[in-house]
Amino acid sequence: MEESMELRAMKKKKKKNTTTTTTTEESLTNFFDFLSEELVVLILDFLNENPFDRKSFSLVCKYFYSVEAKHRKTLKPLRSNSKHLGSVLTRYPNLTRIDLTLCPRVADNSLAEISNACKANLRSIDLSRSRFFSGTGLLNLALSCENLVEIDLSNATELMDSGAAAVAQAKNLERLWLARCKMITDLGVGCIAVGCRKLKLISLKWCVGVGDFGVGLMAVKCKEIRSLDLSFLPITDECLPSILRLQYLEDLVLEGCFGIDDSSLEVLKCSCKSLKKLDLSSCQNITHVGLSSLTNIAGENLEELTLSYVSPVTSVLADSLRGLPMLQTVKLDGCLVTSAGLKAIGDWCVSLRELSLSKCSGVTDDGLSSLVIKHRDLRKLDITCCRRITYVSIAHITNSCSALTSLKMESCALVSREAFVLIGQRCRFLEELDLTDNEIDDEGLKSISRCSKLSSLKLGICLDITDKGVAHVGFSCSKLKELDLYRCTDITDSGISAIASGCPDLEMINIAYCKDISDDSLVSLSKCSRLNTFEGRGCPLITSSGLAAIATQCKQLVKLDIKKCFKIDDAGMVSLAYNSQNLRQINLSYTAVTDAGLVTLARISCLQSLTILHLDGLSPGGIALALLACEGLTKVKLQTSFKSLLPHPLLKHLEGRGCAIQWRDKVLQAELDPLCWKLKLEDIMY
Amino acid sequence: MELREGLCAGQWPNSSSKELSSDPPSSYSEFNSHQGQQKWPNSSILDYGVRIEPSFRGFDQSSEVHAVIPLDLSNKSKVLGPEDVHMQDTEEANNIPDWDPSAMLNNLSFLEQKIHQLQNLVQLIAGGGGQVLGRPTEVAQQHQLITADLTSIIAQLISTAGSLLPSAQNTFTTDLPSMGQLAQPGEVLGVSAGVQPQNNGRSKISEESNQIDKNANHGVEHNNHMDEHDFKDEEDADDGENLPPGTYEILQLEKEEILAPHTHFCAICGKGFKRDANLRMHMRGHGDEYKTPAALAKPHKELGSEPVVIKRYSCPYAGCKRNKDHKKFQPLKTILCVKNHYKRTHCDKSYTCSRCNIKKFSVIADLKTHEKHCGKDKWLCSCGTTFSRKDKLFGHIALFQGHTPAIPIDETRGNGGGPADHSTGIEVINKGSVNSVTFNFGPSTPGETVVHNIMDEKGNLDDPTACFSPLNFDTCNFGGFHEFPRPPFEDSESSFSFLLSGSCSYPPKIGAESSSNNNL
Repeated sequence: MEESMELRAMKKKKKKNTTTTTTTEESLTNFFDFLSEELVVLILDFLNENPFDRKSFSLVCKYFYSVEAKHRKTLKPLRSNSKHLGSVLTRYPNLTRIDLTLCPRVADNSLAEISNACKANLRSIDLSRSRFFSGTGLLNLALSCENLVEIDLSNATELMDSGAAAVAQAKNLERLWLARCKMITDLGVGCIAVGCRKLKLISLKWCVGVGDFGVGLMAVKCKEIRSLDLSFLPITDECLPSILRLQYLEDLVLEGCFGIDDSSLEVLKCSCKSLKKLDLSSCQNITHVGLSSLTNIAGENLEELTLSYVSPVTSVLADSLRGLPMLQTVKLDGCLVTSAGLKAIGDWCVSLRELSLSKCSGVTDDGLSSLVIKHRDLRKLDITCCRRITYVSIAHITNSCSALTSLKMESCALVSREAFVLIGQRCRFLEELDLTDNEIDDEGLKSISRCSKLSSLKLGICLDITDKGVAHVGFSCSKLKELDLYRCTDITDSGISAIASGCPDLEMINIAYCKDISDDSLVSLSKCSRLNTFEGRGCPLITSSGLAAIATQCKQLVKLDIKKCFKIDDAGMVSLAYNSQNLRQINLSYTAVTDAGLVTLARISCLQSLTILHLDGLSPGGIALALLACEGLTKVKLQTSFKSLLPHPLLKHLEGRGCAIQWRDKVLQAELDPLCWKLKLEDIMY
Repeated sequence: MELREGLCAGQWPNSSSKELSSDPPSSYSEFNSHQGQQKWPNSSILDYGVRIEPSFRGFDQSSEVHAVIPLDLSNKSKVLGPEDVHMQDTEEANNIPDWDPSAMLNNLSFLEQKIHQLQNLVQLIAGGGGQVLGRPTEVAQQHQLITADLTSIIAQLISTAGSLLPSAQNTFTTDLPSMGQLAQPGEVLGVSAGVQPQNNGRSKISEESNQIDKNANHGVEHNNHMDEHDFKDEEDADDGENLPPGTYEILQLEKEEILAPHTHFCAICGKGFKRDANLRMHMRGHGDEYKTPAALAKPHKELGSEPVVIKRYSCPYAGCKRNKDHKKFQPLKTILCVKNHYKRTHCDKSYTCSRCNIKKFSVIADLKTHEKHCGKDKWLCSCGTTFSRKDKLFGHIALFQGHTPAIPIDETRGNGGGPADHSTGIEVINKGSVNSVTFNFGPSTPGETVVHNIMDEKGNLDDPTACFSPLNFDTCNFGGFHEFPRPPFEDSESSFSFLLSGSCSYPPKIGAESSSNNNL
């Protein structure tokens, strides 16, 4: 980062020189030419954090430009039209990975371009956010780029079996994601199973057209599989035996496979010794009876077990899972949990590293305490919405699990404010802390600010905290990247400025509905140059000038929510359009932006999501122009009243371009009292 | 129950064989000529005789009394009185293969009795005529009974007379002592057919053919597995039955017999008839109980309720696993099985499906079943084999290296007509290359040279060690299928050409152009 700044300065100097001197002198003054290529490459190796650094570097001189072009291995193009792509691909001859997630439209000719340019160099391509390519494009890719080992085709909802058959031509493929490829059937998966024999990872999540036959064939043909995601597939016990016979299988996800039931688990005699991770969450037809035979199926190497939303966690179940000696992570989210069950988990001889009990009903102080006393090595604990626990639990947790790095305890409403002081005192290694909707006050926050490694802190709907507490955080937690102050109504500019000056790495901040926050906060936040997400919804004091400060300084801004910032107008849009070239998502509802501002905003080429509801200054013509100009859009929220006012061919065109328009018809709601977001105690007690 | 069968078979030993001999005269004489040439076949037949005879004799001596009772019970009709049984007993006692005057005498006296009974019957009808006249159906029935009885008497008379004839019959009966008991011409003829290759001096052939047959059978079953149009034959159904050899009687029909368009089969000897009436006539030769009006009117009725000797059938094709000389002989359960097996395995497939013009069948029922599903076979393998069921296809693919599911053509086409901003040029080109890939699946298609061309043209694009090379087909035992009596890939080969014609809406050459065009 700093290096690049330096180089940029050099570049500027050089520019000055060139304007004043002749060309012969210029060639003499270009001292960069004396650097060996190895040295330049070494420098380049360090330029990873900020994507702009490389750009600056390459602009220093022709020599740097060419070295950078040769050095670059990965590319994330903004546009995928073949003209643009062609020039970019000729510039970078050594690309091994192309990430097309910013290109919603990747047609077959673009893929042909890539396959012709990259040939055998290309090893990885990400098409998970792209549409409009078909099997022909993929076939081109598979045949030309024979060293392709990784393809992400998730969300290719229109991809047919022919596309899968094309993928099957990539003989060296090792990792393949096909999540949500709904049109692919057993046939397509069968082709892949036969063609891509080296597959190590495959995700078929949500490929609802794939059943036992395809999965079974996959397991029979691709013996190398390590990771297999079969979530929500209509598979039954038919294909399970062959899956468990995969001798390298480490990670098996069977989330939401309703076809798998107790009997299929009981019948299975074969065990998969290599299995390290098993996810059976939301398998509704599995009960504790089937789970009791789990130890037979997953061998002694199982490290992670996810049983979320499956069966009640009783002492019987917990006892049946005793025989897993390597277990480190257990996720039981959404299960009914008994105290006896938690105690039995506490009696396991293994020492868990990670435990998730979020949304578990039945977690009591008694059960949780007896568990955490035994599992002193816990690093991550999730007790979100365990509404019955109190100070007692937190006292036990903090006392025994001092090595915690992550604690999530949203909406633990009965936990008293003193408990948070304990967290700060005893769990110094916390990196992630979610205290959303809790009773924490400034005293607790002051204590928590001692966790100097904290990188994510969520304080949404914590109505008792003020600037004072937040200032402590800003003062001590210099590594903070994520701060959520949603509806913390007492926070003002001074709190935010403390954060902005103390947390230079801040990437995400949410100050939604902190109604007292003004432009001053934004100006101070503009110091955080890595800010990529700013949620300032419902801050009526913010104006365009505050926004301009953010836009000019925070070049990496990706997501911006300024809904109900009534004062923001076209000026703010102009500064965004000229400065925030990475903006992908924006919500402008209820602002004072007019046609002109919107059309200017359309300059941002990678803008994908646009929400423009209740904007009085917008006309159908302006909207039409903006939508037409902004080619990257994939999702637009518009008011239903515009549906009839916009020309039908335009809507058709947008649809064809890959842009989905969501029509909304909601009336303006009056602002609710902040307290109504708090769960009443009566609701919790039962 | 064996005993009873034995009795049935033995009742009219000479007459029955003679009666049948008059039915297919040509084949009979052929058989005789073989007898003249060689002694060898006799021994094999003797073998059979020995196998069956002892059991028969054993029963004969020890349980003759018991034997009478079931017979008595079985003969519910008034035609056969106690005398008849007695007569049969005596006949059994004189069960000599040679012509026997006493047997002849018995026959004649039986005929006499029969005529007498018929006489009585006609008298009865004539007497009660006034009463019966009102019911024409009954009259017709009685008329039928009389005619049937008469014909049976005539037939009996002829056969009895035939036994008196000298020469051929005489040598036959003297040479083959067991013939009388067996009384199954099909069997005899079948054996002669099976022996034929050995007559030609190729003594090792049976060994060899057995060997080939193993392959062939493998191939066939294999094909069955892959292609359910080859039906899990009824003949396969008895595979699991595992009757120990000797506990059943083996019958072997002659080739001509099997292929004759018969629909009515003798439950005892397996002979087929075009008309049921002819069968009934034939049945009479097997014993008196078939001569009753009831038996003649409704054939097999009594048989069903009776315990019978288990009969199994042998395929006349030498070397076939279903042939009784095969080491691992697996008998066929019914005559229908024999017919279907023989036609499917050893005959040309002369019935072609009118819908696809590809699938050929030798059994017309198979064709009809196929035609029901023809065109609905949506599960297609890259090797060209079609399946009507998905699990069959996936079982097939799991089994073989290099086979992959073929994506239906309409889908490929449908996908092609995608979004508007596609350049059609690329679309076509890629189509071509898709086709060329499909092309390479073929093991040894008629257009093998074309395959090679494409392979060359694809050059570095296609890994030569890829699963689609014809080599892999050899590893899957697909090579050398010419040796098979019935090429297991005959169908698939032809449907492969179908695949080509269907999916290649573009000439295969385009595949070559694609690589150059892609560089544009």
